[in-house]
Amino acid sequence: MSPVTSASALQVKAVSASPHTATGIKDVPELTKMIDVSVCIGCKACEVACQEWNDLKVDEIRESPPQTYQTLPDLEYNFWQLIKFNETERDGRLLWTLTKYQCMHCEDPGCLKACPAPGAIVQYSNGIVDFVQENCIGCQFCVTGCPFDVPRISPTTGKVYKCTLCSDRVSAGLEPACVKSCPTNAISFGTREKMLAQAQGRVAQLTADGLDHAAVYNPSGVGGTHVIYVLPHGDETSLYGLPTNPKVTFVNLWKGPLKWLGNLVFAGGIVGVVLHYLRYGPREVDESRHDDVKH
Amino acid sequence: MSVPTITRRTFLTTGVAGGVVGAAVSVFGFDVQPAAAQARTLKIERTTETRSVCPYCAVGCSVIIHTLGDRSRNVTGTTVVHVEGDPDSPINRGTLCSKGATLRDDIVNERRMTKMLYRAPGADHFEEKSWDWAIDRIAHLIKETRDKRLITQDYKGRSINALTAMAVVGGCTDSNENNYLIQKAFRAGLGVIPVEQQARI
Repeated sequence: MSPVTSASALQVKAVSASPHTATGIKDVPELTKMIDVSVCIGCKACEVACQEWNDLKVDEIRESPPQTYQTLPDLEYNFWQLIKFNETERDGRLLWTLTKYQCMHCEDPGCLKACPAPGAIVQYSNGIVDFVQENCIGCQFCVTGCPFDVPRISPTTGKVYKCTLCSDRVSAGLEPACVKSCPTNAISFGTREKMLAQAQGRVAQLTADGLDHAAVYNPSGVGGTHVIYVLPHGDETSLYGLPTNPKVTFVNLWKGPLKWLGNLVFAGGIVGVVLHYLRYGPREVDESRHDDVKH
Repeated sequence: MSVPTITRRTFLTTGVAGGVVGAAVSVFGFDVQPAAAQARTLKIERTTETRSVCPYCAVGCSVIIHTLGDRSRNVTGTTVVHVEGDPDSPINRGTLCSKGATLRDDIVNERRMTKMLYRAPGADHFEEKSWDWAIDRIAHLIKETRDKRLITQDYKGRSINALTAMAVVGGCTDSNENNYLIQKAFRAGLGVIPVEQQARI
Protein backbone atom coordinates (compact mmCIF):
# COMPACT_ATOMS: atom_id res chain seq x y z
CA MET A 1 0.00 0.00 0.00
CA SER A 2 1.46 3.27 -1.02
CA PRO A 3 0.78 6.29 1.13
CA VAL A 4 -1.02 9.37 -0.01
CA THR A 5 1.37 11.53 -1.94
CA SER A 6 -0.35 14.25 -3.87
CA ALA A 7 -3.64 14.01 -2.06
CA SER A 8 -3.13 16.07 1.04
CA ALA A 9 -6.83 16.89 1.20
CA LEU A 10 -7.79 13.26 1.65
CA GLN A 11 -7.84 12.27 5.29
CA VAL A 12 -8.80 8.69 6.01
CA LYS A 13 -11.82 8.26 8.25
CA ALA A 14 -12.52 4.51 8.05
CA VAL A 15 -10.88 1.55 6.37
CA SER A 16 -12.46 -1.82 5.60
CA ALA A 17 -11.58 -4.82 7.79
CA SER A 18 -9.41 -2.67 10.00
CA PRO A 19 -10.00 -1.37 13.52
CA HIS A 20 -8.15 1.85 12.77
CA THR A 21 -10.21 4.98 12.73
CA ALA A 22 -9.08 8.37 11.56
CA THR A 23 -5.38 8.59 10.88
CA GLY A 24 -5.51 12.27 10.00
CA ILE A 25 -5.48 15.19 12.37
CA LYS A 26 -6.71 17.93 10.08
CA ASP A 27 -10.27 19.11 10.21
CA VAL A 28 -11.58 18.55 6.70
CA PRO A 29 -14.97 19.91 5.60
CA GLU A 30 -17.47 17.30 4.48
CA LEU A 31 -18.32 17.55 0.81
CA THR A 32 -21.59 16.74 -0.88
CA LYS A 33 -22.90 16.45 -4.41
CA MET A 34 -26.40 17.77 -4.88
CA ILE A 35 -28.51 16.54 -7.79
CA ASP A 36 -31.52 18.68 -8.61
CA VAL A 37 -33.77 16.23 -10.47
CA SER A 38 -36.20 19.01 -11.37
CA VAL A 39 -33.79 20.72 -13.77
CA CYS A 40 -32.09 17.68 -15.29
CA ILE A 41 -32.73 17.53 -19.05
CA GLY A 42 -31.22 14.07 -19.56
CA CYS A 43 -28.45 15.24 -21.90
CA LYS A 44 -26.07 12.64 -20.44
CA ALA A 45 -23.11 15.02 -20.45
CA CYS A 46 -22.30 13.75 -16.95
CA GLU A 47 -22.19 10.15 -18.21
CA VAL A 48 -19.75 11.08 -20.97
CA ALA A 49 -17.63 13.28 -18.71
CA CYS A 50 -17.39 10.41 -16.20
CA GLN A 51 -16.31 7.91 -18.86
CA GLU A 52 -13.83 10.38 -20.32
CA TRP A 53 -12.24 11.43 -17.05
CA ASN A 54 -11.96 7.90 -15.68
CA ASP A 55 -10.75 6.48 -19.01
CA LEU A 56 -13.60 3.98 -19.09
CA LYS A 57 -14.88 2.33 -22.22
CA VAL A 58 -17.79 -0.03 -22.56
CA ASP A 59 -16.75 -3.46 -23.78
CA GLU A 60 -19.00 -3.58 -26.80
CA ILE A 61 -21.44 -1.32 -28.57
CA ARG A 62 -24.92 -2.57 -27.77
CA GLU A 63 -28.37 -1.55 -28.80
CA SER A 64 -30.17 0.63 -26.31
CA PRO A 65 -32.62 -1.15 -24.08
CA PRO A 66 -35.98 -1.14 -25.86
CA GLN A 67 -38.42 1.76 -25.41
CA THR A 68 -36.14 3.94 -23.37
CA TYR A 69 -33.53 6.62 -23.91
CA GLN A 70 -31.22 5.11 -21.30
CA THR A 71 -27.64 4.47 -22.40
CA LEU A 72 -27.47 1.06 -20.75
CA PRO A 73 -29.98 -0.92 -18.69
CA ASP A 74 -27.89 -0.68 -15.53
CA LEU A 75 -24.55 0.33 -14.05
CA GLU A 76 -21.53 -1.74 -15.06
CA TYR A 77 -18.00 -2.16 -13.73
CA ASN A 78 -16.81 0.26 -16.41
CA PHE A 79 -19.91 2.45 -16.42
CA TRP A 80 -20.14 4.17 -13.07
CA GLN A 81 -23.10 6.44 -13.47
CA LEU A 82 -26.30 6.28 -15.42
CA ILE A 83 -29.18 8.63 -16.09
CA LYS A 84 -32.29 6.56 -15.48
CA PHE A 85 -35.16 7.56 -17.74
CA ASN A 86 -37.99 6.49 -15.47
CA GLU A 87 -41.44 6.71 -17.05
CA THR A 88 -44.66 6.76 -15.05
CA GLU A 89 -48.20 7.56 -16.12
CA ARG A 90 -49.75 10.17 -13.87
CA ASP A 91 -53.21 11.67 -14.45
CA GLY A 92 -53.17 10.53 -18.06
CA ARG A 93 -49.85 12.25 -18.70
CA LEU A 94 -46.29 11.05 -18.84
CA LEU A 95 -44.24 11.74 -15.74
CA TRP A 96 -40.65 11.51 -16.85
CA THR A 97 -38.26 11.40 -13.90
CA LEU A 98 -34.67 11.58 -15.12
CA THR A 99 -32.48 10.46 -12.27
CA LYS A 100 -28.73 10.39 -12.10
CA TYR A 101 -27.79 7.09 -10.55
CA GLN A 102 -24.36 6.39 -9.02
CA CYS A 103 -22.67 5.62 -5.70
CA MET A 104 -24.31 7.59 -2.90
CA HIS A 105 -21.17 7.82 -0.70
CA CYS A 106 -23.06 6.97 2.50
CA GLU A 107 -21.94 8.34 5.83
CA ASP A 108 -22.44 4.83 7.20
CA PRO A 109 -21.37 2.71 4.21
CA GLY A 110 -22.66 -0.85 4.07
CA CYS A 111 -19.95 -1.82 1.58
CA LEU A 112 -17.13 -0.76 3.91
CA LYS A 113 -18.71 -2.60 6.82
CA ALA A 114 -19.12 -5.77 4.79
CA CYS A 115 -15.64 -5.72 3.24
CA PRO A 116 -13.24 -8.30 4.73
CA ALA A 117 -10.16 -7.12 2.80
CA PRO A 118 -8.02 -4.65 4.78
CA GLY A 119 -7.80 -1.34 2.99
CA ALA A 120 -9.93 -2.28 0.00
CA ILE A 121 -12.62 0.24 0.89
CA VAL A 122 -11.66 3.57 2.38
CA GLN A 123 -13.83 6.38 3.66
CA TYR A 124 -12.21 9.78 3.65
CA SER A 125 -13.00 12.50 6.16
CA ASN A 126 -14.60 14.57 3.41
CA GLY A 127 -17.19 11.82 2.98
CA ILE A 128 -15.94 10.06 -0.15
CA VAL A 129 -16.09 6.27 -0.05
CA ASP A 130 -13.44 4.91 -2.37
CA PHE A 131 -12.50 1.41 -3.51
CA VAL A 132 -8.80 0.59 -3.61
CA GLN A 133 -8.67 -2.17 -6.21
CA GLU A 134 -5.11 -3.06 -5.25
CA ASN A 135 -6.42 -4.50 -1.99
CA CYS A 136 -9.71 -5.87 -3.32
CA ILE A 137 -10.08 -9.66 -3.16
CA GLY A 138 -13.19 -9.79 -5.32
CA CYS A 139 -15.42 -11.46 -2.74
CA GLN A 140 -18.34 -9.14 -3.58
CA PHE A 141 -19.49 -8.77 0.02
CA CYS A 142 -19.74 -5.04 -0.75
CA VAL A 143 -22.28 -5.82 -3.46
CA THR A 144 -24.39 -7.58 -0.81
CA GLY A 145 -23.79 -4.82 1.71
CA CYS A 146 -24.74 -1.91 -0.54
CA PRO A 147 -28.34 -0.78 -0.03
CA PHE A 148 -28.29 1.05 -3.37
CA ASP A 149 -26.95 -1.85 -5.48
CA VAL A 150 -24.01 0.11 -6.89
CA PRO A 151 -20.70 -1.87 -6.86
CA ARG A 152 -20.01 -4.01 -9.92
CA ILE A 153 -17.39 -6.73 -10.39
CA SER A 154 -15.19 -6.86 -13.47
CA PRO A 155 -15.07 -10.28 -15.14
CA THR A 156 -11.50 -9.65 -16.33
CA THR A 157 -9.77 -8.28 -13.23
CA GLY A 158 -12.10 -9.90 -10.67
CA LYS A 159 -12.22 -6.67 -8.69
CA VAL A 160 -15.10 -4.40 -7.83
CA TYR A 161 -15.49 -0.89 -9.19
CA LYS A 162 -17.77 2.08 -8.63
CA CYS A 163 -17.96 5.87 -8.71
CA THR A 164 -15.09 7.45 -6.75
CA LEU A 165 -16.72 10.91 -6.59
CA CYS A 166 -13.56 11.77 -8.54
CA SER A 167 -11.45 11.54 -5.37
CA ASP A 168 -8.41 12.44 -7.49
CA ARG A 169 -10.00 15.67 -8.70
CA VAL A 170 -11.51 16.53 -5.33
CA SER A 171 -8.19 16.08 -3.55
CA ALA A 172 -6.71 18.60 -5.98
CA GLY A 173 -9.47 21.09 -5.28
CA LEU A 174 -11.49 20.40 -8.41
CA GLU A 175 -15.13 19.39 -8.61
CA PRO A 176 -16.05 15.90 -9.88
CA ALA A 177 -16.15 15.52 -13.67
CA CYS A 178 -19.94 15.07 -13.82
CA VAL A 179 -20.52 18.24 -11.80
CA LYS A 180 -18.27 20.26 -14.04
CA SER A 181 -19.92 19.15 -17.26
CA CYS A 182 -23.57 19.68 -16.27
CA PRO A 183 -24.97 22.41 -18.61
CA THR A 184 -28.18 23.02 -16.64
CA ASN A 185 -26.59 23.28 -13.19
CA ALA A 186 -28.56 20.24 -12.06
CA ILE A 187 -25.47 18.94 -10.26
CA SER A 188 -23.75 21.07 -7.64
CA PHE A 189 -20.79 20.29 -5.44
CA GLY A 190 -19.62 21.93 -2.25
CA THR A 191 -19.46 21.68 1.51
CA ARG A 192 -22.23 19.70 3.12
CA GLU A 193 -23.83 22.67 4.90
CA LYS A 194 -23.97 24.76 1.73
CA MET A 195 -25.38 21.94 -0.35
CA LEU A 196 -28.04 21.08 2.22
CA ALA A 197 -29.02 24.75 2.42
CA GLN A 198 -29.12 25.01 -1.37
CA ALA A 199 -31.25 21.87 -1.56
CA GLN A 200 -33.65 23.24 1.02
CA GLY A 201 -33.87 26.46 -0.97
CA ARG A 202 -34.78 24.54 -4.11
CA VAL A 203 -37.39 22.54 -2.20
CA ALA A 204 -38.93 25.81 -0.99
CA GLN A 205 -39.05 27.08 -4.59
CA LEU A 206 -40.62 23.86 -5.85
CA THR A 207 -43.19 23.91 -3.02
CA ALA A 208 -44.07 27.47 -3.95
CA ASP A 209 -44.56 26.25 -7.52
CA GLY A 210 -47.20 23.81 -6.30
CA LEU A 211 -45.16 20.65 -5.82
CA ASP A 212 -46.28 20.08 -2.26
CA HIS A 213 -44.27 16.92 -1.72
CA ALA A 214 -40.92 18.22 -2.93
CA ALA A 215 -38.19 17.01 -0.60
CA VAL A 216 -34.49 16.49 -0.12
CA TYR A 217 -33.37 12.87 -0.41
CA ASN A 218 -30.72 12.32 2.24
CA PRO A 219 -31.68 8.94 3.78
CA SER A 220 -30.97 8.72 7.48
CA GLY A 221 -30.94 4.90 7.42
CA VAL A 222 -27.37 5.04 6.13
CA GLY A 223 -26.42 8.04 8.25
CA GLY A 224 -27.07 10.45 5.40
CA THR A 225 -25.43 10.37 2.01
CA HIS A 226 -22.83 12.58 0.37
CA VAL A 227 -24.89 12.55 -2.80
CA ILE A 228 -28.22 14.19 -2.11
CA TYR A 229 -31.19 14.73 -4.38
CA VAL A 230 -33.88 17.36 -4.68
CA LEU A 231 -36.95 15.36 -5.64
CA PRO A 232 -40.08 17.14 -6.93
CA HIS A 233 -42.15 14.17 -5.74
CA GLY A 234 -40.27 13.49 -2.54
CA ASP A 235 -42.98 11.27 -1.08
CA GLU A 236 -42.62 8.73 -3.87
CA THR A 237 -38.93 7.90 -4.14
CA SER A 238 -39.76 4.80 -6.18
CA LEU A 239 -40.58 7.15 -9.09
CA TYR A 240 -36.86 7.88 -9.21
CA GLY A 241 -35.70 4.32 -8.64
CA LEU A 242 -34.42 5.22 -5.19
CA PRO A 243 -35.10 3.06 -2.11
CA THR A 244 -37.48 4.75 0.34
CA ASN A 245 -35.60 3.90 3.50
CA PRO A 246 -32.28 2.22 2.73
CA LYS A 247 -30.63 0.38 5.62
CA VAL A 248 -27.62 -1.84 6.09
CA THR A 249 -29.46 -4.29 8.37
CA PHE A 250 -27.92 -7.59 7.32
CA VAL A 251 -24.33 -6.41 7.36
CA ASN A 252 -24.83 -4.64 10.68
CA LEU A 253 -26.17 -7.87 12.19
CA TRP A 254 -23.44 -9.96 10.66
CA LYS A 255 -20.55 -7.64 11.47
CA GLY A 256 -22.05 -6.49 14.79
CA PRO A 257 -23.79 -8.92 17.18
CA LEU A 258 -22.99 -12.09 15.22
CA LYS A 259 -19.32 -11.23 14.99
CA TRP A 260 -19.05 -10.58 18.70
CA LEU A 261 -21.05 -13.71 19.48
CA GLY A 262 -18.56 -15.65 17.37
CA ASN A 263 -15.64 -13.98 19.09
CA LEU A 264 -17.18 -14.79 22.48
CA VAL A 265 -17.52 -18.47 21.59
CA PHE A 266 -13.94 -18.47 20.34
CA ALA A 267 -12.55 -16.73 23.40
CA GLY A 268 -14.76 -18.83 25.68
CA GLY A 269 -13.29 -22.00 24.20
CA ILE A 270 -9.75 -20.87 24.98
CA VAL A 271 -10.68 -19.75 28.49
CA GLY A 272 -12.48 -23.06 29.05
CA VAL A 273 -9.42 -25.05 27.99
CA VAL A 274 -7.18 -23.05 30.33
CA LEU A 275 -9.59 -23.38 33.25
CA HIS A 276 -9.97 -27.08 32.57
CA TYR A 277 -6.18 -27.49 32.65
CA LEU A 278 -5.90 -25.50 35.89
CA ARG A 279 -8.69 -27.44 37.52
CA TYR A 280 -7.94 -30.98 36.35
CA GLY A 281 -4.30 -30.75 35.21
CA PRO A 282 -2.81 -32.61 32.26
CA ARG A 283 -4.45 -35.75 31.09
CA GLU A 284 -3.12 -38.82 32.88
CA VAL A 285 -2.23 -41.43 30.27
CA ASP A 286 -2.77 -44.99 31.38
CA GLU A 287 0.59 -46.64 30.56
CA SER A 288 -0.85 -50.14 30.84
CA ARG A 289 -2.93 -49.64 27.70
CA HIS A 290 0.08 -49.82 25.36
CA ASP A 291 -0.35 -53.49 24.65
CA ASP A 292 -1.52 -53.01 21.03
CA VAL A 293 1.22 -50.48 19.99
CA LYS A 294 4.84 -51.57 19.54
CA HIS A 295 7.58 -48.94 19.90
CA MET B 1 23.33 -36.21 13.26
CA SER B 2 20.64 -35.94 15.80
CA VAL B 3 17.18 -34.83 14.90
CA PRO B 4 15.54 -32.83 17.68
CA THR B 5 12.65 -34.86 18.93
CA ILE B 6 9.31 -33.19 19.26
CA THR B 7 6.73 -35.02 21.25
CA ARG B 8 3.11 -34.93 20.20
CA ARG B 9 2.30 -32.90 23.31
CA THR B 10 4.95 -30.20 22.65
CA PHE B 11 3.87 -29.92 19.05
CA LEU B 12 0.23 -29.42 19.98
CA THR B 13 1.03 -26.95 22.77
CA THR B 14 3.21 -24.80 20.52
CA GLY B 15 0.72 -24.92 17.69
CA VAL B 16 -2.26 -24.00 19.84
CA ALA B 17 -0.37 -21.21 21.61
CA GLY B 18 0.79 -19.75 18.28
CA GLY B 19 -2.69 -20.00 16.83
CA VAL B 20 -4.25 -18.34 19.84
CA VAL B 21 -1.79 -15.44 19.69
CA GLY B 22 -2.29 -15.01 15.92
CA ALA B 23 -6.05 -15.17 16.14
CA ALA B 24 -6.12 -12.75 19.04
CA VAL B 25 -3.96 -10.31 17.12
CA SER B 26 -6.20 -10.38 14.07
CA VAL B 27 -9.62 -10.72 15.68
CA PHE B 28 -9.24 -8.54 18.72
CA GLY B 29 -8.02 -5.45 17.01
CA PHE B 30 -4.33 -5.43 16.22
CA ASP B 31 -3.80 -4.78 12.56
CA VAL B 32 -0.54 -6.18 11.27
CA GLN B 33 -0.33 -3.69 8.42
CA PRO B 34 -0.94 0.01 9.01
CA ALA B 35 -3.87 1.15 6.96
CA ALA B 36 -3.02 3.76 4.39
CA ALA B 37 -5.28 5.26 1.80
CA GLN B 38 -4.27 5.15 -1.79
CA ALA B 39 -5.41 8.08 -3.83
CA ARG B 40 -5.26 8.02 -7.58
CA THR B 41 -2.95 10.58 -9.07
CA LEU B 42 -4.52 13.44 -10.94
CA LYS B 43 -4.14 12.69 -14.62
CA ILE B 44 -3.92 16.36 -15.62
CA GLU B 45 -1.20 17.12 -13.10
CA ARG B 46 1.54 17.51 -15.72
CA THR B 47 -0.43 18.36 -18.81
CA THR B 48 -0.13 21.33 -21.14
CA GLU B 49 -3.36 23.29 -21.32
CA THR B 50 -4.43 24.65 -24.68
CA ARG B 51 -7.59 26.68 -25.13
CA SER B 52 -9.82 25.98 -28.09
CA VAL B 53 -13.42 26.03 -29.25
CA CYS B 54 -15.69 23.00 -29.56
CA PRO B 55 -16.18 22.22 -33.27
CA TYR B 56 -19.72 20.89 -33.08
CA CYS B 57 -22.67 23.27 -32.81
CA ALA B 58 -23.11 27.02 -33.11
CA VAL B 59 -23.02 27.71 -29.38
CA GLY B 60 -19.23 27.81 -29.50
CA CYS B 61 -18.29 26.45 -26.08
CA SER B 62 -14.69 27.04 -25.09
CA VAL B 63 -12.69 23.97 -24.17
CA ILE B 64 -9.33 23.28 -22.55
CA ILE B 65 -7.35 20.51 -24.22
CA HIS B 66 -4.92 18.76 -21.89
CA THR B 67 -1.95 17.20 -23.63
CA LEU B 68 0.84 15.06 -22.18
CA GLY B 69 4.37 15.47 -23.44
CA ASP B 70 6.23 18.73 -23.86
CA ARG B 71 7.31 20.46 -27.02
CA SER B 72 10.94 19.30 -26.96
CA ARG B 73 12.28 18.43 -30.38
CA ASN B 74 13.20 14.89 -29.33
CA VAL B 75 9.78 14.13 -27.91
CA THR B 76 7.19 12.45 -30.04
CA GLY B 77 3.84 11.00 -29.22
CA THR B 78 2.24 13.97 -27.52
CA THR B 79 -1.24 12.84 -26.74
CA VAL B 80 -4.50 14.36 -25.58
CA VAL B 81 -5.47 12.95 -22.19
CA HIS B 82 -8.45 15.11 -21.30
CA VAL B 83 -10.74 17.76 -22.74
CA GLU B 84 -12.95 19.85 -20.50
CA GLY B 85 -14.97 23.04 -20.62
CA ASP B 86 -13.17 26.32 -20.03
CA PRO B 87 -14.53 27.92 -16.86
CA ASP B 88 -13.30 31.34 -18.02
CA SER B 89 -15.61 31.30 -21.03
CA PRO B 90 -18.83 33.31 -20.58
CA ILE B 91 -20.49 30.98 -23.13
CA ASN B 92 -20.37 27.71 -21.26
CA ARG B 93 -18.65 28.54 -17.95
CA GLY B 94 -16.84 25.23 -17.79
CA THR B 95 -19.71 23.00 -18.81
CA LEU B 96 -19.97 20.84 -21.91
CA CYS B 97 -22.75 18.77 -23.44
CA SER B 98 -22.56 15.05 -24.02
CA LYS B 99 -21.15 15.57 -27.49
CA GLY B 100 -18.58 18.15 -26.51
CA ALA B 101 -17.45 16.00 -23.60
CA THR B 102 -16.32 13.34 -26.11
CA LEU B 103 -13.81 15.63 -27.81
CA ARG B 104 -10.82 13.61 -26.68
CA ASP B 105 -12.06 10.68 -28.74
CA ASP B 106 -12.51 13.05 -31.65
CA ILE B 107 -8.77 13.74 -31.60
CA VAL B 108 -7.32 10.45 -30.35
CA ASN B 109 -9.02 8.25 -32.89
CA GLU B 110 -7.54 5.80 -35.34
CA ARG B 111 -10.29 6.60 -37.84
CA ARG B 112 -9.47 10.29 -37.83
CA MET B 113 -8.49 11.64 -41.26
CA THR B 114 -5.08 13.25 -41.18
CA LYS B 115 -4.42 13.64 -44.93
CA MET B 116 -6.19 15.63 -47.63
CA LEU B 117 -8.34 13.39 -49.82
CA TYR B 118 -9.54 14.50 -53.25
CA ARG B 119 -12.22 12.99 -55.45
CA ALA B 120 -12.11 14.28 -59.00
CA PRO B 121 -15.43 15.08 -60.72
CA GLY B 122 -16.94 11.81 -61.96
CA ALA B 123 -14.32 9.67 -60.22
CA ASP B 124 -15.35 6.78 -57.97
CA HIS B 125 -12.42 6.95 -55.57
CA PHE B 126 -10.50 9.39 -53.41
CA GLU B 127 -6.84 10.12 -53.90
CA GLU B 128 -4.33 11.69 -51.55
CA LYS B 129 -3.25 15.20 -52.45
CA SER B 130 -1.11 17.80 -50.78
CA TRP B 131 -2.52 20.89 -49.11
CA ASP B 132 -0.56 23.15 -51.49
CA TRP B 133 -2.19 21.46 -54.44
CA ALA B 134 -5.64 21.85 -52.88
CA ILE B 135 -5.23 25.53 -52.07
CA ASP B 136 -3.92 26.25 -55.57
CA ARG B 137 -6.86 24.42 -57.11
CA ILE B 138 -9.41 26.22 -54.92
CA ALA B 139 -7.85 29.59 -55.82
CA HIS B 140 -7.92 28.79 -59.53
CA LEU B 141 -11.56 27.65 -59.43
CA ILE B 142 -12.60 30.77 -57.49
CA LYS B 143 -10.85 33.00 -60.01
CA GLU B 144 -12.36 31.10 -62.93
CA THR B 145 -15.89 31.18 -61.49
CA ARG B 146 -15.71 34.88 -60.67
CA ASP B 147 -14.34 35.81 -64.07
CA LYS B 148 -17.19 33.97 -65.77
CA ARG B 149 -20.15 34.63 -63.51
CA LEU B 150 -19.75 38.01 -61.79
CA ILE B 151 -22.90 40.13 -62.12
CA THR B 152 -22.05 43.82 -62.34
CA GLN B 153 -25.47 45.27 -63.15
CA ASP B 154 -28.94 44.48 -61.79
CA TYR B 155 -32.14 44.39 -63.86
CA LYS B 156 -32.54 48.17 -63.65
CA GLY B 157 -28.99 48.71 -64.82
CA ARG B 158 -27.67 49.75 -61.40
CA SER B 159 -24.09 48.86 -60.64
CA ILE B 160 -23.73 45.89 -58.22
CA ASN B 161 -21.05 43.39 -57.16
CA ALA B 162 -22.74 39.97 -56.91
CA LEU B 163 -21.26 36.53 -57.41
CA THR B 164 -24.29 34.21 -57.06
CA ALA B 165 -22.52 31.14 -58.45
CA MET B 166 -20.54 30.58 -55.28
CA ALA B 167 -21.16 30.16 -51.56
CA VAL B 168 -18.81 30.29 -48.60
CA VAL B 169 -19.10 27.89 -45.72
CA GLY B 170 -17.25 28.96 -42.61
CA GLY B 171 -16.94 27.11 -39.35
CA CYS B 172 -18.80 27.68 -36.12
CA THR B 173 -15.50 27.79 -34.31
CA ASP B 174 -14.30 30.78 -36.28
CA SER B 175 -13.49 33.77 -34.16
CA ASN B 176 -14.84 37.28 -34.74
CA GLU B 177 -11.59 38.18 -36.44
CA ASN B 178 -11.87 35.17 -38.76
CA ASN B 179 -15.45 36.08 -39.61
CA TYR B 180 -14.46 39.69 -40.29
CA LEU B 181 -11.83 38.47 -42.75
CA ILE B 182 -14.31 36.07 -44.39
CA GLN B 183 -16.80 38.93 -44.85
CA LYS B 184 -14.11 41.25 -46.13
CA ALA B 185 -12.55 38.80 -48.57
CA PHE B 186 -15.61 37.01 -49.90
CA ARG B 187 -18.60 39.31 -49.49
CA ALA B 188 -17.03 42.74 -49.88
CA GLY B 189 -14.19 41.60 -52.13
CA LEU B 190 -15.46 38.83 -54.36
CA GLY B 191 -19.16 39.63 -54.04
CA VAL B 192 -20.30 36.25 -52.70
CA ILE B 193 -23.78 36.59 -51.19
CA PRO B 194 -24.40 33.34 -49.25
CA VAL B 195 -21.93 33.17 -46.37
CA GLU B 196 -22.92 30.44 -43.98
CA GLN B 197 -21.46 28.10 -41.42
CA GLN B 198 -21.76 24.37 -41.02
CA ALA B 199 -23.85 24.39 -37.87
CA ARG B 200 -26.74 26.15 -39.58
CA ILE B 201 -26.92 23.89 -42.62
